[in-house]
Amino acid sequence: MSSDTREKPDAKYRHDEDGGPDPEEHGGHGRGGMGEEVKRKEDRRFITGRGNYVDDVKKDGMLHCEVVRSPHAHAEVKNIKTERAEAMDGVVAVLTAEDLEAYDLATMPTLMDDTQEVLVKDKVKFQSQEVAAVIAEDRYLAKDGAEKVQVNYDSREPVVDAETAKREDAPVVREDIDQESNHIFTWETGDEAATREAFEAADVTVEEDMYYQRLHPAPIETCGCVADWDQDNEKMTVHMTSQAPHAHRTLFSMVSGIPEHKVRIVSPDVGGGFGNKVPIYPGYVIAAAASYVLEQPVKWVEERSENIQTTSFARDYDMTGRIAATEDGEITAVDVDVLANHGAYNAAAQPSKFPAGFFKIFTGSYDIDAAHGELEAYYTNTAPGGIAYRCSFRVTEAVYLIERMVKVLAQELDMDPAEVRRKNFIPEDAFPYESATGWTYDSGDYHRALDKALESTNYHDLREEQQRRIEKDDDKLLGIGLSTFTEIVGAGPGKQCDIAGVEMFDSAEIRLHPTGKATVRIGVQTQGQGHETTFAQIVAEELGLDVDDVQVEHGDTDTEPYGLGTYASRSTPVGGAATAVAARKVREKAKSIAANELEVAEEDVVWDRESGQFHVQGVPEQSLSIADIAGASYMNSPPDQEPGLEAVDYYDPPNMTFPFGAYVCVVEVDRETGEVDIRKFYALDDCGNRINPMVVEGQIHGGLAQGIGTAMMEHVSYDDNGNVTAGDFMNYLLPTAMEIPEMETDYTVTPSPHHPIGAKGVGESPTVGSPPAIVNAVVDAMEHAGVSHVDMPMTPDRVWGKLEEAGLAKDPAEDLELDIDGEEAAGD
Amino acid sequence: MAEKDITLTVNGTDHELRVESRKLLVHAIREDLDLTGTHIGCDTGNCGACTVYKDGEAVKSCLLFAVQADGSEITTVEGMEDQPEAGMGNSDLHPIQEGFHEMHGLQCGYCTPGMIMAGKALLEENDDPTEHEIRENISGNLCRCTGYQNIVKSIEYAADVLNDREPPESPVEHEGASMETAPDGGVETDGGCTGPDLTREYPGGDQE
Ligand code: FES
Ligand code: FES
Repeated sequence: MSSDTREKPDAKYRHDEDGGPDPEEHGGHGRGGMGEEVKRKEDRRFITGRGNYVDDVKKDGMLHCEVVRSPHAHAEVKNIKTERAEAMDGVVAVLTAEDLEAYDLATMPTLMDDTQEVLVKDKVKFQSQEVAAVIAEDRYLAKDGAEKVQVNYDSREPVVDAETAKREDAPVVREDIDQESNHIFTWETGDEAATREAFEAADVTVEEDMYYQRLHPAPIETCGCVADWDQDNEKMTVHMTSQAPHAHRTLFSMVSGIPEHKVRIVSPDVGGGFGNKVPIYPGYVIAAAASYVLEQPVKWVEERSENIQTTSFARDYDMTGRIAATEDGEITAVDVDVLANHGAYNAAAQPSKFPAGFFKIFTGSYDIDAAHGELEAYYTNTAPGGIAYRCSFRVTEAVYLIERMVKVLAQELDMDPAEVRRKNFIPEDAFPYESATGWTYDSGDYHRALDKALESTNYHDLREEQQRRIEKDDDKLLGIGLSTFTEIVGAGPGKQCDIAGVEMFDSAEIRLHPTGKATVRIGVQTQGQGHETTFAQIVAEELGLDVDDVQVEHGDTDTEPYGLGTYASRSTPVGGAATAVAARKVREKAKSIAANELEVAEEDVVWDRESGQFHVQGVPEQSLSIADIAGASYMNSPPDQEPGLEAVDYYDPPNMTFPFGAYVCVVEVDRETGEVDIRKFYALDDCGNRINPMVVEGQIHGGLAQGIGTAMMEHVSYDDNGNVTAGDFMNYLLPTAMEIPEMETDYTVTPSPHHPIGAKGVGESPTVGSPPAIVNAVVDAMEHAGVSHVDMPMTPDRVWGKLEEAGLAKDPAEDLELDIDGEEAAGD
Repeated sequence: MAEKDITLTVNGTDHELRVESRKLLVHAIREDLDLTGTHIGCDTGNCGACTVYKDGEAVKSCLLFAVQADGSEITTVEGMEDQPEAGMGNSDLHPIQEGFHEMHGLQCGYCTPGMIMAGKALLEENDDPTEHEIRENISGNLCRCTGYQNIVKSIEYAADVLNDREPPESPVEHEGASMETAPDGGVETDGGCTGPDLTREYPGGDQE
């Protein structure tokens, strides 16, 4: 993936003639430009309770949809009896696959071109799969009706994990597409021969198995929609929890046959997405079909259990990593095998041309000559998914693998893990760097980041403390975990990434009004990232405006330019670039108007970023702001210019961006209980130029909390019968304020050389980078006794098992003055 | 389904409602009274998005039937601007609301109303809580976006306002620290990194 891709005409705006913004040096222009801490413009409606989320949408005559779901993971549907439900007061309709077939809507394509039933006719393939739907006058009546729908099943033996699915005698999940086995695809990358050679020649090789468990993004708002078919105008409007409204419009139109200009998707306020709201789910299609048939608005909103049990999961990669190295710790090759559980359909959110997405960035931040990876994906009787939960398409799994393996190597060599990292980092002067698996890293300075992280956390003191505790046979072991990860975000390039064939560009449209205020419409949208503020800052920076004079609109396909959505940290790298370029196009036209107004030649007009004004070369007093020029563009347009001042840009990035970080996690492992206490989490992120430090830090806090949840608590688990055993918030545990320690953030700045404002994107870095730091810390605490790995989530019982195995466990009774009835008061 | 007439006083206004006995309080608030600031995030009483302030305490309105709240006095997030404390800070808002804005205590905003109401219940009882007390008191409210750090700061901000202290201007830890590459390739920071506070206690460790 090299950076010498197609040069689009707007490439000339990538590098501004004045060098572009440099927030580190100048800290913005004082009116809410780049690098300034601008409080969020969107906050007010949320803190007063006047946000507008999908479930808040209320329409006249609106009906409610409740989905009837299968209790079995794998079963033939014998028959469905709907009469009793249909006869109930308030029940308007009961839909089954047969009803949908009449409109050709019984199935839908997944993002990976598989076919998923909207409602099942023949065989259910995972627990809680959609079988029928009841449409009723209110949500309670819809539930009553759903209880009265009788479905007879013939249950079959399910296959729940990839290891079993692989067996020749395993039950076959997908007879519907003539599969004779559960195998979906095999994918290979890198140079197998070179890797084998390197392993044969190596002084040292290490190997470790690790399972990246199944997770769910679990935004606090579940998925839902209100579909409203307008028969008079033959137009379908769907308010939905969508991270990609335009892509969803195209897909909706393709699936339903309604022409695309007659489909409007509105993504109003969205209560968190994290990848969960990228795919299309059956509920959306059912609601739209019901609205079309009944000619009334239909609302469908998931309950939490439906959200966790049926909408896209993430990860579920069973991995084996191997590293070959010299005896002084120089890595010569890395080799990876993965067994992937994709669930009942291949429904990964994966727009790249590679079946395993960006997993092939598993060489990480290290300069490794030979690399090879092989992955096999299987169907199982579990919910479909494999989406990018706050992640760029499997980069999370890749980072976990390499960051864990570096630690494993350090342990084998008895070297400090920081030292092994330093030895292998891609040197600062090697960028742009071509990796062994074919990426071109844009920029990085890994040594600087690690040095700063170690210094800030008093790394050496921590190591001493760790030793002291071991020597003193302390009840609590200290572990220090590092992660020096490199991320890959900002998909595009359109040549390499697409959704349903649509290239992954993104867009912005900027319109200046006669009074000098601006309306900006963007193709990406926000689920909490703060676009209404940060995108306004980009425009404020590039046009010298006050951030308060810039209004950002997003999320409505009738008015916004086409975009591919917000996920995989692509808003800033792609949408932010489009916004900066559109602003520069505005500025270009503004310059000629300025020349006309100032009555000088255009070459004599210069732009001053600091003051946000054009002035005559050498005569700063003769100046005009963009606001002045906006007025002139409407009221005194030059003879050779059309009136008005606006521009649009559809930006196809020349490359991804490669943010990176250096994380230090310090844990205490309780030898009596197996409990892990995260004593400190220090996160240094380098996301290039920062648009708004407050928003950046907020993103990092949130991502770290998710990483901590991943490492310590979260797992969508199944029993052997395919029952989801962690399918609600009682069993799928999200961390609370009590489990999340106070986190310390820090940063360095290494701008992206190809991004118009030098930014890289930061949202997912902490979720991607933190789990290996935490696991490395827990392993680090026990490695003197030979522990080399603990799988996530690192629950007390799992850690206790490791402590026991390693002979580190302590019997709490030993320390206690035995006091028979003096049970320790159990908290409160 | 049996229906019952009830009276709810919400944000100072009396409402006579006829509700099915099985109707959840959260649905009565959201759907019958159109106060959609109170949210729903689970079906099990775990997330706290539905938290309201009822008769002097924070309750999860998805865990009560509307009929159980008959005759009670409820404050929802929509009523916060009318509380006597509103306007004590630098805006017309309640100091907790202002705190969330100033300290960046919200991202998607979905958990925010519940957090604000949990914060109100805490500050009514103890207007100057410690960080640990704040964390404990919001531990029945899940937030998937913020990692809680700035939510804690938001409530501390409100406590500052209520106690006549100058609240901080920013939640940012590393504001525009000027960074230079030192001759040795390392980094010299200028106030950007104050180093870790190894003395503080984290609440995560002493649960149970
Ligand atoms: S909706 Fe009430 S606790 Fe989740
Ligand atoms: S701000 Fe999104 S859940 Fe808390």
